[in-house]
Order: sequence, then structure tokens, then C-alpha cells
Amino acid sequence: MTINEVPKIITSRFDVVDGHTLAGYQRTGGYLGLRDALAKSPAQVHDDVKNASLLGRGGAGFPAGTKWGLAPANVWPRYMVINGDESEPGTYKDRLLLERDPHQLIEGILIACYAAACGQAFLYIRGEMAHAHERVASALNEAYAAGYVGKNILGTNFSVDIVMHWGAGAYIVGEETALIESLEGNRGMPRLKPPYFPAAIGLYQKPTIVNNVETLSNLPWILHNGVDKWNALGAEQSKGTRVFAVSGHVKNPGVYEVEFGVTTFRDIIFDPRFGGGIRDDRSLKAFIPGGGSAMWFYEEHLDLPLEKGTVDRAGSMLGSGAIVVMDDTTDIPKAALRIVRFFSRESCGKCTPCREGTTWLERILDRIVDGHGRPSDLDLLLDVCDNISPGLAWPPRQTTICPLGPSAVSPIVSTINRFRSEYEAKITMRSSIPVVGVSS
Amino acid sequence: MTDVQQSAPAVAITVNGTGFDANPGELVIEACERAGVYIPRFCYHPRMNPVGMCRMCLVNIDTGRGPALQPACMIKVSPNMAVNTEAPNVKKAQDGVLEFLLINHPLDCPVCDKGGECPLQDQTMAYGPGESRFIEEKRHFEKPIPISDLVYLDRERCILCDRCTRFAKEVAGDPLIHFMNRGNETQVNTFPDDPFASYFSGNTVQICPVGALTAKPYRFKARPWDLDEIGSTATVDSVGSRITVQSSRNVVLRYLGVDSDAVNWGWLSDKERFSFEALNSEGRLSEPLMRGDDLGKLQRDGAQLVRATWAQALRAAAEAISSAGPDKVGVIGGARLTNEAAYAWAKLVKGVIGTDNVDCQLGDGLPAELLFSLPRATIDEACAKGGVVVLLGPDPKEELGALYLRLRHAIVEDKVTLIELTPRSTGLSPFAAHRLAARPGQVDALARALVAAHDPTGDVAGVSSDAIGRARRSLQSATAVTVILGRPSLAESPDAVVDAAVELRHGVAGVRFLSALRRGNVHGALDMGLAPGLLPGRVPLSAGGGDLREEWPNVPAQRGLDARGILQAAAEGRITTLVLLGADPLSDFPDTDLAQRALERVEHLIAVDLFVNASGAHADIVLAAAGPTEVAGSFTNLEGRISPLAQKVTPPGTARADWIIATDLAGHLGKNLHLESIDQIWSEIIRLSPTHAGLDVTAAADGVLVRGGPFAYTPDATDATAAADDSLLLVATRMMYDQGVGLQNSPSSAHLASPTAVRLSPADFDKLGVADGATVRVATARGSVHAPAASDGGVPKGTAAMVFNQANASAAALIDASSRVTAVKVERA
Amino acid sequence: MTRFTPDYLKIAHEILSRYPVKKSALIPLLHLAQEQAGYVSEEAMQHIAELVEVTPAEVLGTCSFYEMFKREPVGKFLVNICTNISCQLLGAEELLHHAEHTLRVKPGGTTDDGLFTLEDVECLAACTEAPCLQVNYRYVNKVSSVQFDQLISELRSGSRHDIPPHGTLGRVRQQIPADRRAGNVAPDDNSAPVWVAEAGPS
Ligand SMILES: Cc1cc2nc3c(=O)[nH]c(=O)nc-3n(C[C@H](O)[C@H](O)[C@H](O)COP(=O)(O)O)c2cc1C
Ligand code: SF4
Ligand code: FES
Repeated sequence: MTINEVPKIITSRFDVVDGHTLAGYQRTGGYLGLRDALAKSPAQVHDDVKNASLLGRGGAGFPAGTKWGLAPANVWPRYMVINGDESEPGTYKDRLLLERDPHQLIEGILIACYAAACGQAFLYIRGEMAHAHERVASALNEAYAAGYVGKNILGTNFSVDIVMHWGAGAYIVGEETALIESLEGNRGMPRLKPPYFPAAIGLYQKPTIVNNVETLSNLPWILHNGVDKWNALGAEQSKGTRVFAVSGHVKNPGVYEVEFGVTTFRDIIFDPRFGGGIRDDRSLKAFIPGGGSAMWFYEEHLDLPLEKGTVDRAGSMLGSGAIVVMDDTTDIPKAALRIVRFFSRESCGKCTPCREGTTWLERILDRIVDGHGRPSDLDLLLDVCDNISPGLAWPPRQTTICPLGPSAVSPIVSTINRFRSEYEAKITMRSSIPVVGVSS
Repeated sequence: MTDVQQSAPAVAITVNGTGFDANPGELVIEACERAGVYIPRFCYHPRMNPVGMCRMCLVNIDTGRGPALQPACMIKVSPNMAVNTEAPNVKKAQDGVLEFLLINHPLDCPVCDKGGECPLQDQTMAYGPGESRFIEEKRHFEKPIPISDLVYLDRERCILCDRCTRFAKEVAGDPLIHFMNRGNETQVNTFPDDPFASYFSGNTVQICPVGALTAKPYRFKARPWDLDEIGSTATVDSVGSRITVQSSRNVVLRYLGVDSDAVNWGWLSDKERFSFEALNSEGRLSEPLMRGDDLGKLQRDGAQLVRATWAQALRAAAEAISSAGPDKVGVIGGARLTNEAAYAWAKLVKGVIGTDNVDCQLGDGLPAELLFSLPRATIDEACAKGGVVVLLGPDPKEELGALYLRLRHAIVEDKVTLIELTPRSTGLSPFAAHRLAARPGQVDALARALVAAHDPTGDVAGVSSDAIGRARRSLQSATAVTVILGRPSLAESPDAVVDAAVELRHGVAGVRFLSALRRGNVHGALDMGLAPGLLPGRVPLSAGGGDLREEWPNVPAQRGLDARGILQAAAEGRITTLVLLGADPLSDFPDTDLAQRALERVEHLIAVDLFVNASGAHADIVLAAAGPTEVAGSFTNLEGRISPLAQKVTPPGTARADWIIATDLAGHLGKNLHLESIDQIWSEIIRLSPTHAGLDVTAAADGVLVRGGPFAYTPDATDATAAADDSLLLVATRMMYDQGVGLQNSPSSAHLASPTAVRLSPADFDKLGVADGATVRVATARGSVHAPAASDGGVPKGTAAMVFNQANASAAALIDASSRVTAVKVERA
Repeated sequence: MTRFTPDYLKIAHEILSRYPVKKSALIPLLHLAQEQAGYVSEEAMQHIAELVEVTPAEVLGTCSFYEMFKREPVGKFLVNICTNISCQLLGAEELLHHAEHTLRVKPGGTTDDGLFTLEDVECLAACTEAPCLQVNYRYVNKVSSVQFDQLISELRSGSRHDIPPHGTLGRVRQQIPADRRAGNVAPDDNSAPVWVAEAGPS
């Protein structure tokens, strides 16, 4: 095992009792990164972030510094939207960052607005996170009063309001264009990219930088400790540390900050400092490496490092840092159905293949799990999947606007061949039960 | 902007391997269609912003990084783009989308209004998979629910293409229908008890790609394959929207909007769309009527109107005309007529009877000479990107529905600047850059201030010098200015508007005017000479050409009277035979008192109409005329655009075309009009009318523009600007739905007319101190009426606004047509 | 009458003032309405439509998209049990069945006494604490059947003061002091931010 002892970059205050308050934050080095940033020009700060290879933590893993550079020059105003809608199955880290270290995020937002020239910031928090709302609202109120946010921040000519906004229960709003629609007071239905890349045409049709909560929470450390220290951690593009939630059938489910790019799945699932191995010392059947949308991984993938490029090439993604572990007792069709049900329930309804297709997939799987499947159903499942995500490839191709529809395909395609006998068992077990209304 | 696009270099793309020159900025779906390759689609509509949500138009698009499935309706062409619509993966994706659309779509095509003309059905036949693999139960919703008085929605059939909802928001600006719920449970609906009460709701029925939206007047009336159709023009207002008239077994069942680039873009107001209902109504006249007794026997001065033969009626009418002598005959109306019928009537009245007392307007228009003296704009010119539009006329939303949609689009989407000079807010006010509410009777002073070299030192016409200054600068910096010109209020004489138009004409460089005279074919009637002092082709009486005089033997030398003059003369006994050519002065003339006195006094009242209207009820002779769809001919819209009117069905009973009535009447007067057919009349028009010389109406799909102009007319001088005073001044405007006889004979729409209130500015309303909706008494020197009071932020201080021609109270009863403004007293009843 | 009361209207205006475009306040205002009445009534939606200057249909269009908005009254306590993958793996479905049994309602239903509404919900971002649930959006982690029953009896007896009634989310509101406000940036304000303009071209 190659687990390096690394500093905690963004979870350092999780154990500080008053880390969420201004006093606790300042006592533990808070707002120093902002001061360091304001001592530089916006362009210099932007360069730092570009050089730091800070991959987006929201799912797509796009480098933050590069993203900021995509906003067209001299088109004003520019907005900043912070994505705190965390709802991807298995994902649990942004909520902790909001609840336990809100000032760190506020500081990150300020640094980002300063460097990316955003005139107003909207912090979009998932609706169901009432405690996070309270913590963030308190932190913002303190930060405003202390002169960190608002007009002439720390006596400089840098001024920006951070407006706390909150959602109301819709997973799709985590998708950045849907997030923007929602922030405009609309139904959270994604926009087509192109042309609606937020950096070019975003909130109110103006250039908008959308970044994830965790992504921005790294900025204070990077600005205060320097790019070199950051880049010394990790491998390839995946620099610094990263937070993973390890859940499911492990001995120690938990949220762990580990060195990015070098730590392996085996490390994080089995090491006693992290997941601690499969519960009751059973065997691993499957795991999801990056949230409900991801293709599933198995035993043979355990030694892959938590590195974006490597995982992409292996046919899945690190996504939102959600590792869900399943042991040998897991009913695979049932687990797959649960995730498909999620996407079908959460489809925004805009695209025909997603709206109709995901529901259809759910109903077929439901039938199978319920013992009413038909032998032709497995092929039907795959063909319906193919009509949502042609070729069933990775990264997925899609007949839809956003990747939600194709996400429903992942659990099916991941498991239907490997665990075909489990599916078939459910079908043949009850093959004698007539299915009402079937003409074939 | 369109010409900029055309002159920009073409974008070379390939469509299925064949090269094609696309227009810059063109969507792939459009370019392919022009290249002869039709890409299936449901949500895409050429007149609305694409949303790319049905996913039916997925094709392979390769911009250098390899082919990928993309929605052709969302992607713009780029150089060297390769589009493939035939690859196996494209076909598979399209089949897949179709299957997804069908899994929840009911199989009720045999009982669906759309069956036979349904894009979903057609594409299923053309592309679709065979047998259904979907064995679960389909989505259920309560079968059709009314979403408005005119439109039903069947949510089971809906494929969620966002066309109706986009139309409501983007085009009509009435987002009263919306997607509700989410995902697989998404549906279109209204807010509870807040129906889709849009003047344009019928368009959603037309653009729905399935049978989810149906129109009450058409539901279950026919199957598409039973319908024949013909292209024509809508005549209920002067926009002249292009339509398709569809009928079955000699009954007109439906109008559809035609996408005429120059005019209505496929849209219709509901008033236009459903106006055919009146033509089929019980109230239609199917034969002539004359005075008679209870038993139906003809009797001079009888209490009833009873059936007569055409011979009896025409003979009596001829007698009434000849016994009076030319100077004592007056003719009001004619905007209902086709160009050809208007020509025939003008020839009869001026060329044979020999009177110039004829006016196709009803005191609610403008002097024809003013209009003829102005440089005219087309709708496209008014709506061109980046221009300025000055509204000095009625509310287009209420009176000229399809024009409103064009203007709204121009302002909202194409950055046209609107300057409103109307005395109360209009349907366009929410988009107006400058709203200058001129005090009634003072808009001429406001116009003068707008074209002056400096900002005024104080308020003008009740408008602050600041606001005038801002609008003035906007006007000065404009590249193209169009004035929408008509009567903003019927409670003031046209004088101030005439003077304002003249000010703008001279004070704004390059200004053009788009007429907003509202009534049907009024522009055609004016061009044919149905107005005092004029001959066909905008020629003044005094200058009438020799050719014409040869064929119009009795053209009078003296200029005659306009509608107000005719009614005044009738009231004073100077006109004794009055012909109402589709006119209803009692309801429509903005001075009921005068109209009443006139009708009471005349000896003979002859009505030529489709219905017995309020005035016609007093007639002694009623001649039954054929309506639109029952006669062929042509129509001239407010731009001066002439387009064909088609005959689709035969008139009821013995009702006759207006031009035939004119020739028959001439015959009974012992004269021959020498007019034998529509075609022959048209050839006489293009021979004798200089503005129509050589015009071929069928030459262009969008119609052809009348030639010539502006002409050198000097409008008569009017009284000076009304002095500022602090009494409440009346503003009377029209609404789309009123007590008009056509509307009231349309079963589905008649009840949409709503009673008028007396609307006051919040300040005046508070001063009055009554409850909202409390009945108040409104009085002028002319008369008084009672109506509920309401506070309205769109009404400026010092004015009281009422709606014309509604059932509960008649604004016309308050107006003295001879005075410049109408001062009213509003008090607790 | 579930339009905003004067006190809530004041908060509504404060919320509205933070957005450069009014309609952006729509979702926060719907939450505010839900806080005031426990659910979002038609009158509330009409009032919000007036405040943000859209039609009631548009408000309903947005409102009905989001699960947290209840357009009919629900129980005083909304008990949301997560059954998504991580929780499912650790017995969430059994917990849900147990809850149905304890409360005698199906997911979506409200107990006869109007105290509890039970829901079967998606991932709550507490995956390492499975199985978990929320009561009025307050978390309860690693819930066993016994703990569930105990929780219900505490709620019934009114001893859980940490959980406000349904509708109240954050009990702390953001407050921007007037003298600290940077101000809204309107979409048509097309000038570069001062600190960027003054720093000169990059
Ligand atoms: C269906 C869907 C759901 C998403 N949900 C979230 C989410 O909850 N939180 C998040 O930060 N990003 C989410 N994303 C990713 C965002 O679209 C976006 O990439 C991200 O917020 C950008 O921030 P980053 O570059 O800092 O990662 C989601 C994407 C998709 C397609
Ligand atoms: S893929 Fe699904 S969630 Fe995404 S936009 Fe389309 S319908 Fe909405
Ligand atoms: S027509 Fe292109 S997605 Fe519907």
C-alpha cells in the first residue's frame, strides 16, 4: 500500500468544534489565502489556479483555472455560481464542507470572484440541507460584518456580494445549466451545450463560472501555501488531495481526504484508516467508483489509482468522489433497479429518450425483480439503453441533452452481462406465471 | 438585417455527401430542408426559438471531430460541416425517439381530430417501428380538459414538445399555460381557475403536432380527409392575414394561418381564426327583407322586417334612391367589400347615382387624403431590426391582433424601440421604451415637442419635459422610424392626430407610416374611391381622368360629405335616403345621439349586410349579401398589400355578392355598370386606377403592394390644440371582443366580450372614494351612462377610460363627434 | 388567506432585493410561503406571481417541478427515509417497511392525527451514515427500527425542540447590512468590475 501521509487541505477543521465560526476559522489560519490573493493582481491569481491543476470536484473534473479562462474577454457582467446541490447517489462531502467549514468556502468564492472577475456570486445550496443553510447564513453574516464580503473587501477596491440561494428538491438542478435555470426561478431543465456553455452564455444569458463547493474550498490553501506545495501532491492532472465518501458494505463508512492521483481504490476501501475492508470480512462483489452515474467497477479495478485519466480510460469515472461498496450478499438486479429508479424519478422530462426511456427501464427492471420478467426483457433492456445512449460506450454518447438519461444506463450495462445469471434467475424462477396482457 | 444576411458569403456544407450553400446562421434543419432533405421534427417550429427537446431531429453532424448525433434544430451551420441524415445510427436514434413518444401515446387516432393530419401518425407510418414492445400501462390523465373557452387539452396525447407553451410565452406573451410537474409526470396545464385566456390561443391548436389541443369550434366537426381547402385572406381586420379556408360539404369548418413572411407568419388572432363561425350562424341573412306586418306580408312602415324577393327589394331600393335625387343620397360603409365590390359600388354611387356623399369609414378613422399624403411602410419595414416605432394609433393587441404579434416580436426579439403616444396604456406598453401618454386632444403639441430642436421647458400635453427629451433623442438618433397611425381614442376628434401626423411627417427625417385603420378592407375601399372627394387610385375628384369619366358618366363635381357629415345632414333632413353598406352607425359611430337622430329622420334606410345589425333593424330594405369565403376577389391590407380572397362555399339562400347587388341596383335604376365578372372588374380597375395599373395579384405568394404615393394632399387645417384644462377627459378604445355583429353571431366567442368599466388613474380613483367595482355615473353634455369604476395604473391622471361598444354601457352615448375632446363627470351613482 | 403576512412580506422584499432579476427570487419565496403556512397554497403562488411579476402559471410551473414544495398541507413532521443505493445496501427498505408499519401510512401518506407524513426519498447526502432519514430536513443517522420508534414517540410527545415544524428550513437568514452591500450586478451592466478595470489589462 502506498498511502502517503498528507496534510488535510480542506477537511482540516472538521474536528475543530468552532471551525464553522469566524473566530474558529480565523484562529486556524482563516482568510489568509484571501489576503494573499488580494496582494496580487486578478490575473496573477488566475495564473496560480491555472498552474495548480485544480480539477473540478463536481463530477466532470474540468480544471478550474482553464474554465475561468473560457469566459469571453470583455463581455460583462460575469457571474459566479457555486454548485452546492450535492445529490448524486453516494456523494457526501459538499454538505460537510458547508456545515463544518463555511468560511473556507466563502474565502474560496471570494478568491475565485476576484480572479475570474465575477461581479456577483450566488451560492446555491441543496434545499434539503437545512443545517447547512443555517451554518452558511451565519458565516456569511459574520463575514459581511467583518468586512470580508460585500463592499470594498478588506479595504480594497474589490467588492462582491455572495447571495445565498437554495434549491427545493430536484437532483437535475446539480447539472450546471439546470442550476442556472433554477437560479433564474425556472424549472430546472438543462440547456443544450453548445451553445449554452455557462462560461459564455450562463446566468441571465451572461458569462457565468459554475464551480463546485469542494473545488472552491481548495483555493484558500492553494493561495496561502503556494502552487508548488499543491502540485507536489497527487499525480498526472490529479493534483492535491481529494475527498471521497466511502459507503455501503465497508467496515468504516466515512468521508476521507486522501492524496489525489496516487491513492488506490484498494487503499481507500480496505485500509484500516479508511474503509477498513468489507463488513464481516465478506468478499467484494462490485463497487461504484464515482457516484450513481458511473459505470461499476469490480475486483480487477481495485488497484487503479484515484486518478482522473486512469479511471476514465478504465471505463468509468471518479465523478463526485462517491465510492459505494457492495459485498457478495448484494442483490445486483435490485441494486441496479434502485439506481435506475433514481434517474427515472429525477429526469427533468425535457428529452423524450430520458423522460420515457428511463421510466421504461425502471418498469422493465421492476418487473424482473418482482418475478414478472420475460426472457426477451434483457435484450429489450439493452436496446432501450442503446436508444438513450447509442453504442453503450464510455464516455457515453447520448440522444439526450444532458448526461442524466445515459446515467440510468450505467448500472444496467455494467451488470447485465457480468451478472446475467442473477437476472435470468429472477426471470426463469417465475417463468410459469402468466403475464397479463402480453401478446407475444 | 435580412439583406445583410443574404449578402454575407454562403456557408458551404454537405448534406448526405452533396454540397450545399447554406445561409450564415442558418440552422441545420432549415438548411437541409432547403437542400431537399427533410429531417423529422416535433418541437422545432420555424417561428419560435428552438428548444431541442423532442430529439426527433437527431442527425450525424461532423464539424471535423467525427460524426456525432446532434439535434439539427439547435445547431447552426458552420463551414465544411458534414450532415448525414441517412446513416444507420441516425435511423436507429430516430426510430428510438419515435418509439419512446408512442409508448405513452393513446391509440385513439380513429377518434382524434388530428387523425389524418398528424405529424406523429405520419412519421410513425414513415419511419416507425412496427409492433409495440411496451407492455405496461400507459400514462393516464383525465380526457380533454378545457384550458380556455376556445381550446381543449388532452394531456394523454400530448408529447411535450413545448410548442404551445413556447407560443404562449414567446409569441403571444401570455404565459398562462406552462409545463407542470416533472419527468414522466410532466404535463401542460394552466394555473387553477386561471384559463389560457389569450387572444391568440387558437394558434396553439394549429401548431400542436398531435391532437392534444383542439379548438371548440372545430372539435369532431370533420376529418381532415373530408376537407377541401383554398388559400385566402382573413377579413375581420385590416391586417389581411393569409389563411387557408377549409370546408366540407359546402360549410366552412376551419381557418388556418398561413406562414406569410410579409404578413402574419402563420399566426392569427382568435377573432380572425374563429370568425367563420358567424358566416355559418343562424343570424345570417339568406334573402332580402322589407317592412311588413305580423303575418309576413309586405307593408310600408310595417313593424317587422319580412321576407321579400330580390325584385321587390331592388325595385324599392332603386325608387328610394332615384326619388331622393343624388344630393339627398348618402352611403356609409364599404370596408366589408372586396376591392372589386368596392369598385362596383363606387362606380354605382359616384358614376351612376352621381353623389359624392359616401364614406367607407365611420367617423372612427382618418381622412383618406392624410393617409395618401404620407410615405407608407410595410409591416416588415416597421419591424425591421433596430428601428423605432411610434404608436399614434389604437392598441394593436385589441384591434389588429396579427400585427400586434409582429410588433411584439420586433420589440422583444429584434430590438425595435417603441415610443407610445397613446392616451392610455396599450398591450404593447410593457415593452415600450418611452411611454408618453398624451392628454386627449393634445397629441399634436406633443408631436411638435418631439420634433423640436430643444427639449421643452415644461410639461407638454401632460408629459414631462424629461420624458419628451429622452424620446426625442431616441427619435433623432433612429435610423428608421415608422409611425403606426390610427385613432388612439374615439372620444376625441381626429384633428389632433392629423396634426400630429403632419408634424412627424415633416419633423422626422425619413419617417414612414403604417396605417392602423382597423376595419376589414377599408384600405381597398379608400383606394376604390369610397370616400368623399376621391376616385379610384387615390385620385382627387377634381382631377378625375378623362378615361374614367367616360365610363363613370355622372361623377359629381362637388366634394361630398363624410360619415359625420352624412349623418348630420340626415339628422337635419338634407339627406333622405341612406344606404348602409355593411355599416352599423348605432353601434359603431362614436356619437350615438347623432346616429340615432339621423336614422330616425331619414325617409329610406337601405342596409346591405350579412346580418340585421342594430341600425339595420331600422331599415326599410335589407339586401342580403354574401360574405367572405362566399365570394372571390381581392383584399387590400393596411400596408396597401393586395392579396386574393377565395370563394370556397356558396352564400346562404339567395344572398348575393356585393358587386352583383351594385350591378342589379344599377339595372333597376335603368343603368348598366358594364361589370360582368370579378376578373372583368379587376381588369377595369387596373386599367382605370393609376395605383393599380397592371397589378397582378397572383404574382407573389404574399400579395402585391399598391403602387405610387405619397400624393400631394394638404389636409384641411384643424382647430388649434385643445387648451389644457383640468376636467376629466374621456378616452374610448376598443377591445378585441365587443358587441360587433359578427362576433355576436359567433357562438364560441360571443360571450368573450366583457363589460366596460370606467377606469381612472389610482389618484383620481382614490379621490372619487368609491369601492372597486362600484357603479358610477359618467356624464357629458351629450348623455350619461352607468358603469363600474376601477383603478388602473395605465390610465393617466385626469382621464377616464372606457371601452367602446360593450353591452353594459356605451361610450358612444357620451361623445359629441363635433367636439375635439370629451369632458366627463364621474360621480357616485 | 395565505398571502404573505406583513412580517413575511418584509422578508420577501429583502430576499427580492438581492437578485438583479426578480424571478430569481421565486424559489426562495416559495420556501418562505411554505415556512409561513406549512405548505404552498394557491393564494401564496398568486402573491408570489405579483411580487416577481410573472403569471401564476409560471409560478406553479416552477413550484411543481421541485419535490420540497407541498401544495397540500402535510404532517407537522415530514419523515423522509432515504432508500437510495448506500442506504438500501444497509437496510433502508426494511426501515421504510418498519416505518410504514409504525406510522400506519404508505409513503406519501399522512397519519390521521396530521402529525407525520412519510416519504420514500432519494439520496440525502449522508451515505456514510446509512440508513438515514430526515425529519423536516434535519438528519437522523444510522437509524435502527428501535431508534425509529423512539424518534417517533419523542416527536409525538413534543420533546424534540431541535426540529421546527414543516416549512421552516434555515432558522438563520442571510442579512446583508446596507452599508456592506456591494450591490446587484444587472445583466445589462456591461462594465468591467472596478478591481479588474483598475488593475489594467492582464
Ligand atoms: C445530472 C448531473 C448532476 C450534477 N450534479 C452536480 C452536483 O450536485 N454538484 C456539483 O457540484 N456538480 C454537479 N454536476 C456537475 C455540474 O454540471 C458541473 O460540472 C459542476 O458543478 C462544475 O463545477 P466543477 O468544475 O467545480 O466541478 C452534475 C452534472 C450532471 C450532468
Ligand atoms: S437527459 Fe433527462 S434530465 Fe437531462 S435534460 Fe434530458 S430529460 Fe432532462
Ligand atoms: S425538432 Fe429538434 S429536438 Fe425536436
